[in-house]
Amino acid sequence: MTYALAIVLGLVAGGLAGMFGVGGGILFVPTLVALGLGYHDATGTSLLAIVPTVLVGTWRQSSYGNVRWRGALVLGLAAAVAAQGGVALAEALSDGTLRKLFAGLLVLVAVQIAWRARRADP
Amino acid sequence: MRLVLIGLVAGFFSALFGVGGGVVIVPLLLLVCGWQARPAAATSLAAIGITALSGVIAYALHGDVRVGYAALVGVPAAISVAGATALQQRLRTHTIELLFAAFLLGVAVWLFVK
Repeated sequence: MTYALAIVLGLVAGGLAGMFGVGGGILFVPTLVALGLGYHDATGTSLLAIVPTVLVGTWRQSSYGNVRWRGALVLGLAAAVAAQGGVALAEALSDGTLRKLFAGLLVLVAVQIAWRARRADP
Repeated sequence: MRLVLIGLVAGFFSALFGVGGGVVIVPLLLLVCGWQARPAAATSLAAIGITALSGVIAYALHGDVRVGYAALVGVPAAISVAGATALQQRLRTHTIELLFAAFLLGVAVWLFVK
């Protein structure tokens, strides 16, 4: 993995963040692992990379009037608390089975969102 | 309150799979709360900011944060997110949702084969 490719993947991650409201960690973590970081370092470093990404994204979205601040505060604080429990449980559970269950769940969710989008007015 | 539950679920899965909260928050805001794609994405970004900051602090205490590498991917992302946000305002809501559904399918495939 070259630095140039890492920069390109960073640009793509920002694109996903702006389009869909995801943080970009889904691309940051594999990119950092490919650069030679261990999984733990990659996760911690990815979280730091997410911060400027979502700061700029939130700033731009708020200028379009799309951010619901109270909802964001509730979601963010609840997620921060639950993440602590998730880390503890992640150690105790088998990773592979859960990941495949989650992947299956995402397929169902994707189908439902696509279904809703097709029904909605243009 | 539904938002609290969504936040808890998002934080849990985020820690478990390292997928980031947005992959959970945005679909739940769309399907459970009936939000439109733009406010869902925008509010998710702000929420992730809080979660990521608290995560960074936890990891930094263990010395697992590499600032140089974070800048290598985070600075380009911070630049492109502005353009992507502008583009998102020009797309129709159902176009954003169809693209998001395709993105989630991609994530599912990646989680399955990884």
